[in-house]
Amino acid sequence: MKIMPTAEQTLQEIMNLAATHFKVSPDKLRPDEDFFKTLGIDSLQALDLLTKLENHFKIELPDYELQGVSDFRTLAARIQARL
Amino acid sequence: MESTKPITLHESNAEAKPAGHDAGSALSWSSKDGVIELALHRAPCNELGSTSLEELEKFATALQQMQGSMHALIIHSEMKSGFCAGADLRELYRRSHALDKAEAAKGVRDFLERIHRVLNLIDAAPLTTIAAVHGVTFGGGFELALTCDLIIADKMARFCFPELRLGLIPGFGGIPRLKRDLGNAIVRDLLLTGRSFNATKAQQIGLVSQVVGEGEALRAARATAAQLGKFDSVTAAAAKKFIKPIPHEELRHEIDLFCQLFASPAVESGLRKFVDSTDAQPYLP
Repeated sequence: MKIMPTAEQTLQEIMNLAATHFKVSPDKLRPDEDFFKTLGIDSLQALDLLTKLENHFKIELPDYELQGVSDFRTLAARIQARL
Repeated sequence: MESTKPITLHESNAEAKPAGHDAGSALSWSSKDGVIELALHRAPCNELGSTSLEELEKFATALQQMQGSMHALIIHSEMKSGFCAGADLRELYRRSHALDKAEAAKGVRDFLERIHRVLNLIDAAPLTTIAAVHGVTFGGGFELALTCDLIIADKMARFCFPELRLGLIPGFGGIPRLKRDLGNAIVRDLLLTGRSFNATKAQQIGLVSQVVGEGEALRAARATAAQLGKFDSVTAAAAKKFIKPIPHEELRHEIDLFCQLFASPAVESGLRKFVDSTDAQPYLP
């Protein structure tokens, strides 16, 4: 039986994936900060991250669900809802 | 067996000259071992405007001269960000603002008819066509990929018809081609939500024939093209013509509907929002 990750585990996985994908130190990322600013990314790069996350978690997350989402904690909640 | 004959867009004749990318050129092509490769390389992401269209028209002329002795065409992008982000909306906004409404409408129709001619030629070409895609494959870029017989996508490819966000519909033949390939429920989902979707989803719905590792799409396309070279090209062309209808009537209807919608205030507002965005490339909905 597949064990569902907790919201906190999902959050950590997302931050680790983002750090690896954008080649930044995980220490620089905070759950509640604006990741567009912290990572220095634009919307195209955000879509890249979305693809990575969909592939990793094996989910489909419509990009309109990311409207207004700019912090990892909220992003994690969106993903958690699809697991 | 042909030797590699890279051809840049400066040539108007069929005679090949040594390859070289011109900074001002949007695309270039070469042929080797019966396979034509069309490389898109207009920064930032191969946006399709007047330069790209002129060069695609030249390519289409060259294709008609070459296709009799070739068995495959691969279309791919050399831009890191993706295959093609779609129509050059900044150019469209700028040009339509410089003209009165009637002239702008005529300009749009003229552009659509020209690009349809090119895409219809690629769609119907008597050789197997492969789009090797990665990254952003949006709008007109998605429509270009849909003209191909096969789409091979790397796992970071992302597809979208975002036109509704601009008060428009796809105008480069995307709707008839999507309807040709997919069930109506999926077409409704993609068009009416304007959402982007990844290569895995694209394969699940039957749009993409192979999903490969990041950066591997062109290699996989070349391997597929080599396989195609084993078959009799006349038979393959006949089979393709039998299998793949070109929806001419719907394509013309799409042009009419696009032109009708282009006149609405929603389009002006949608284009202005895109052009005024402070994001480098405002691709999130």
